[in-house]
Amino acid sequence: MSKSNEIIKNYFERDKNKKPFKLIYNLFGNKNLGDLVFEKLTLLFAIFVFILVILMGWEMYSHSTLSIKKFGFGFLTSSTWDPVSQVFGALPVIYGTIVSSLLSLIIAVPLGIAVAVFLAELAPNWLEKPLSFLTELLAGIPSVIYGLWGIFVLVPWVRDVVEPYLQNEFPNSPFFQGAPYGFGMLAAAIILSIMVLPIISSISRDVLKSVPYSQREAAFALGATKWEVTKIVLGNAKSGLFGAIMLGLGRAIGETMAVTMVIGNRPQISASLLDPSYTMASVIANEFTEANSDLYLNALIELALVLFVITIIINILARLLVWSTERKWK
Amino acid sequence: MEIKSFRKKITFLRRKTTNVVMLSVSFFAAFVTIVPLIFIFYYTISKGITHLNLNFFIKLPKPVGETGGGMVNAIMGTFILILIGGGIGIPVGILSGTYLAEFGHNKFGATVRFFADVLSGIPSIVVGVVAYTLVVIPMKHFSALAGGIALAILMIPIVTRTTEEMINLVPHSFREAGLALGIPKWKIILMIVLKTAWKGIATGVLLGVSRAAGETAPLLFTALGNRFWSTSFFQPIASLSVYIYEYASAPYKDWNDQAWTAALVLILLISLLSLIFRIITRSKYKKS
Repeated sequence: MSKSNEIIKNYFERDKNKKPFKLIYNLFGNKNLGDLVFEKLTLLFAIFVFILVILMGWEMYSHSTLSIKKFGFGFLTSSTWDPVSQVFGALPVIYGTIVSSLLSLIIAVPLGIAVAVFLAELAPNWLEKPLSFLTELLAGIPSVIYGLWGIFVLVPWVRDVVEPYLQNEFPNSPFFQGAPYGFGMLAAAIILSIMVLPIISSISRDVLKSVPYSQREAAFALGATKWEVTKIVLGNAKSGLFGAIMLGLGRAIGETMAVTMVIGNRPQISASLLDPSYTMASVIANEFTEANSDLYLNALIELALVLFVITIIINILARLLVWSTERKWK
Repeated sequence: MEIKSFRKKITFLRRKTTNVVMLSVSFFAAFVTIVPLIFIFYYTISKGITHLNLNFFIKLPKPVGETGGGMVNAIMGTFILILIGGGIGIPVGILSGTYLAEFGHNKFGATVRFFADVLSGIPSIVVGVVAYTLVVIPMKHFSALAGGIALAILMIPIVTRTTEEMINLVPHSFREAGLALGIPKWKIILMIVLKTAWKGIATGVLLGVSRAAGETAPLLFTALGNRFWSTSFFQPIASLSVYIYEYASAPYKDWNDQAWTAALVLILLISLLSLIFRIITRSKYKKS
């Protein structure tokens, strides 16, 4: 009995690294069956997450073939978006998306990084906790509520105060021409900057905190003031901060509801920030249920695909940057 | 000699001033960020509370022109959508997070981790489009199920990553203690590791649920909306967030006011969910 067992065991031991035996050995040799089932079960769900992203890309590609075939690359460079005559060019909405996101970053980046500096370098513990909580609260408000607030509070304020002021100050600037409607690029950029700010500030704070304290001590020892120390820390965390900004950009590009509600929804390219504009996300939100032909629907799905690809690229770059800074100090 | 010391003093003064100025700027910035938060809460509460009454919670919406009515169908709809989204998203998230933390220290694990991060950065409107092509096109009509699946896709990366982080926080000695007793690994993970990390995982679930509860964009062309009472998974369903969008953009004063009320109810609902979660997790923790 024990002898035969030993023979079998030796047999498996000898051959456990040979392919057909490896599987059997793993199944019955050294592993508990429950362990194996559990590991494979969780693996299945992990694979599911992996496949989900690929499936999303494939689904959108296969449902936008009509428009990809008809317009080709010109889809991205043509500036006519005319559902009535079934001509779809995405340039105006791509322009609107890029300009509104970049403008929002111009407002949100200096503020966000200043907040991060305050939270990471200056604030005493009793102030840092509630402030971090409040900025996270800002990130947790649903986007549609930002939009609601935008329509009834921000837009009237922009129309009655900000835009007349800008037109008075810069009467000849091409950026502030036209009637002040309120609804338009400027309102969208302001609301986006409020929404992006918590992301930039909280990730920047984490990045700054990952810079080891010895760096600061070294600078203090040389007689640097607090601000000079902060500058050194900021320099050390540069790529991570850049990553935080990119993550904010990714959020701004994909933001839908708040922008749709205040941007005015007109597919045009205009230098004036007072004019209504349109973004990729808001075209999809506004026109998807109205799409009355297959080509129209395909064009909208292709827009979603473009948005998908852009945000994936931005997110990958951002993660790599944040990761590289945090890794540097580990 | 005199000039040199004078110059030193100037430099010192300049450095001091820059220091004070820049630090006050960052201090000021921190408070500027809080301003919109205060404004948004102030308007939502003060404008929302005027139409907040019992009818809002028990009546169906009235047609255009008639005042009054409520949004009972939308409140129910939001709950049903969360139920479907959570029912799919939470198990998938927790199990894939468990894989990443316990078995995922290899190339495949790193890839999944990366993909989960990518997934969390995808705009919610794109998720809505995918849910449309995946569910609405084959079923040939809008449904609560399609909306729930869209919400599930949004919840998965949040739950996955928090679960992984929380499991990683469990000390290794806990696992070793289990191994020393001869307990199989799967039992150790289920009964020791997950039990210890339970509270943190619940926070991740809560984050996912509250994000899903406020989402509008992925519901616009999946769950669509419904002016009548419906609890069916296979019919279009109303939700608070879509109502806020429709009522805010409508040209009727009464609808606009109701949009504010819906916003207040939505915020209260999300806070209530987080409160319930906190109470549940606390009592669970005490028992164990």
